[in-house]
Amino acid sequence: MKQMPKEYYELLEQLQTVDFALIDLTLYLDTHPDDYQAIQQFNQLAQKRKQLKKQYETSYGPLQQYGNSYSNYPWNWDDAPWPWQV
Amino acid sequence: MWIYEKKLQYPVRVSTCNPKLAKYLIEQYGGADGELAAALRYLNQRYSIPDKVIGLLTDIGTEELAHLEIIATMVYKLTKDATPEQLKEAGLGAHYANHDNALFYHNAAGVPWTASYIQAKGDPIADLYEDIAAEEKARATYQWIINMSDDPDLNDGLRFLREREIIHAQRFREAVEILKEERDRKKFF
Amino acid sequence: MFTTRKQYHPYVSPFDPCHPIRTKTYVTAPNLYIPFQPPNLPQFPLHEALKKGTLWKIFYDPYYSPYEMAHKGDGQ
Repeated sequence: MKQMPKEYYELLEQLQTVDFALIDLTLYLDTHPDDYQAIQQFNQLAQKRKQLKKQYETSYGPLQQYGNSYSNYPWNWDDAPWPWQV
Repeated sequence: MWIYEKKLQYPVRVSTCNPKLAKYLIEQYGGADGELAAALRYLNQRYSIPDKVIGLLTDIGTEELAHLEIIATMVYKLTKDATPEQLKEAGLGAHYANHDNALFYHNAAGVPWTASYIQAKGDPIADLYEDIAAEEKARATYQWIINMSDDPDLNDGLRFLREREIIHAQRFREAVEILKEERDRKKFF
Repeated sequence: MFTTRKQYHPYVSPFDPCHPIRTKTYVTAPNLYIPFQPPNLPQFPLHEALKKGTLWKIFYDPYYSPYEMAHKGDGQ
């Protein structure tokens, strides 16, 4: 049974950190559609997220299904650990 | 359309092996004021609400599904290695008899989830006030579960979820303000 | 500025069988006092925001068990 290295948890938390800011900004922008500065912050973070997602997926496999992430060979979407097992 | 992302919204940690807590946590999984009720409520209401508020209901509803996963993770971690004896001691004997250590949508008292917990009146103000109330009830429930838990790592996760309820309530209150249409956003041509 | 905890004092009868709780506390969360979030409010640094559950400082309202606090007071 494979265990994940320390770097896995660190990178995962970095991604969770950026994603959290994106979620909170999304909810804010849903009720404040005219906040230019917030949209700027959102787009900057969205770009940062793209980088982090790529970095994570290169080492640890796809994060999303249905073609939103690339697969390795053999198909690794099914690989452990799943989020509640981590 | 939903895409699933294979990571939790929050890094859940449970530091003490105390299956008793799972019995109370399940209230936020399959209970009246829990995350499943919240997700289904908002995702259903959004079909009959003014356009300017649909995004908010969709986004909060989706986040609630992520919270459901967090609660499931906490319960999973607390029960995955428990023996039937330990589960009985934790007050989960009846659950085990039916489900082994599988999760299920029922509340802390074992009452199964029902759509009677949610409503969609088709009236935007009624729906949004129900949503605000739901968030406040969820916030309070997290307080009571925190009161019963002495696991500091688990409590950090519960504090996160409680804080999210505060934010959600805030956004729903703002949605009501938007629908009141007194915010000088009217454009006259 | 607002406070997030309020207290009240339930009636205590001389015939109450159990030791009375004289002060009850309830939460009045920040969302009660901010009808519409204004722009440009101060934010937490990102890694703190994740742990705290909010990007904006004004909404942060941590809840600790009053019983947890009592234990700590016992010199543990």
